[in-house]
Amino acid sequence: MADVLAILPQQLVFGLALGTVYGLVALGYTMVYGILFMINFAHGEIFMIGAYVGWWVLALLLQVPVGALHPAWVLPLMLLPAMLFTGALGVGLERFAYRPLYLRGATRLGPLISAIGASIFLQNAVMLTQGARMKVYMTSLLFPRDWRIQIVGASVSALVIVMVGVAALMMWGLHLLVQRTTLGRSIRAVAEDREMAAIMGVNVRRVIALTFFMGSALGGAGGVLVGLYYTQIDFFMGYSAGLKAFTAAVLGGIGNIRGAMLGGLILGLVESLAVTFMNPAYKDVVAFVLLILVLVIRPTGLLGESMAARAKV
Amino acid sequence: MLKLTDVDTHYGRLPVLKSVCLEVRVGEIVCLLGGNASGKSTTMKTILGVVRPTAGRVEFEGDRIDGLATEVIARRGISLVPEARRIFARMTVWENLSMGAFTRQKAPAGEVAQDFERVWTLFPRLKERQHQLGGTLSGGEQQMLAIGRALMARPRLLLMDEPSMGLAPVLVDQVFDIIRAINGQGTTILVVEQNAPVALSIATRGYVLQNGRIVIHDTARTLLATDSIRRAYLGED
Repeated sequence: MADVLAILPQQLVFGLALGTVYGLVALGYTMVYGILFMINFAHGEIFMIGAYVGWWVLALLLQVPVGALHPAWVLPLMLLPAMLFTGALGVGLERFAYRPLYLRGATRLGPLISAIGASIFLQNAVMLTQGARMKVYMTSLLFPRDWRIQIVGASVSALVIVMVGVAALMMWGLHLLVQRTTLGRSIRAVAEDREMAAIMGVNVRRVIALTFFMGSALGGAGGVLVGLYYTQIDFFMGYSAGLKAFTAAVLGGIGNIRGAMLGGLILGLVESLAVTFMNPAYKDVVAFVLLILVLVIRPTGLLGESMAARAKV
Repeated sequence: MLKLTDVDTHYGRLPVLKSVCLEVRVGEIVCLLGGNASGKSTTMKTILGVVRPTAGRVEFEGDRIDGLATEVIARRGISLVPEARRIFARMTVWENLSMGAFTRQKAPAGEVAQDFERVWTLFPRLKERQHQLGGTLSGGEQQMLAIGRALMARPRLLLMDEPSMGLAPVLVDQVFDIIRAINGQGTTILVVEQNAPVALSIATRGYVLQNGRIVIHDTARTLLATDSIRRAYLGED
């Protein structure tokens, strides 16, 4: 037991790092659900493609003689193209895979099936163009292994601090945007009553496209961070990561932005605790048992509202 | 100002409006009367482009607006106080009003602030509750918020769908006083009502819709004196 307690702080740090990234990816699910009431099952693939774009940028930088790579400028250079590309990809998905369905009054099942199709399509597109073998992130060139500090018995690498910092900064930015700006208010208005938002003068289609852009860009950023953290990526990585992030979104209350962040954090921490106190093979079991328990006690998730409360207004 | 000519609207294959002709002139309060399912709300939705007419034309200030997107029509200066209020329940009172001013983001600084003041003057209660969520307001307060939100757009034409529905009699009078006041400040109003006596008492002219057709139109004063109207809508026999 003493051994276990000795590694606990370390595991909590891993859990925190993973949890913030789950939260980042979960935001994409929850934002799209909040505005269209659909689960974008291709979001995991968007995350995966973000990881690939980041990998490409890093690989290119290693080809050109630019001297020493420092994360202060390399990381933004990886994140920005990854976010722009995945954001645009999300907008494209909405435009061509979902909008034609929901505009013609398809049931909720239609876009969902279309999303699963898009997910399979993207996975295979990446496999065929990038190969089925995993690619290796040269993380150690960016974050040398000896960049780490000791905090209450845990050794925290610079990468983990940067991951948590970047994810937290993006979440904070999104929160400010949604709560404080006119754009954010129009997103919330569309989520609540699309027809009334249009009557207020809001271009509903543009707001939906922008929501897809933001959610997907955050997912793409998550892909880069996870790529750096695990150092190995492949075309299938979006499947399990997407499932985890989706779980985080449901745990926090799907449709609720703060819920996605909270759900991600809880999921990450619970998994790391499971790894600490039990056989690591059970970590997914623990995560999903927690999900089931939360849903049994609070069917709408931790911060979610019930459909009845929505229908009332 | 607003002119509907031979407008047909269908829901699927079901005809809801049949050859509706209706005109609202600058400065008027026009009242649209009719029973349940007579097509009153559909008329509103057709004007706003929420549903598309299958025939006929809708003109606003001389331009055809049928076929335009709802948000484009809104930007031209038409706003709506919808049936059952439909305020944004998960947004604060202030945010609801600011959504009302959505089309005026390029307005000179201070103009929107001035309009907030106007709404606060009309509805002091809303000012007290400006940081509260819309969903926590009482029914009457929500109606005030719906009216305030529509006014924030500085509409030239204000559509009101059953503004008295579900309100206590005291509040009904208050709402109609406010409608009259808004009209006095230069906003043209088209109001749909089931409460015919109150509505006609402030209106210039009125139309009666029945099964999707305009069956009567006349000045409000004449309508108030017409026997069939009194029987059908004023609860007399």
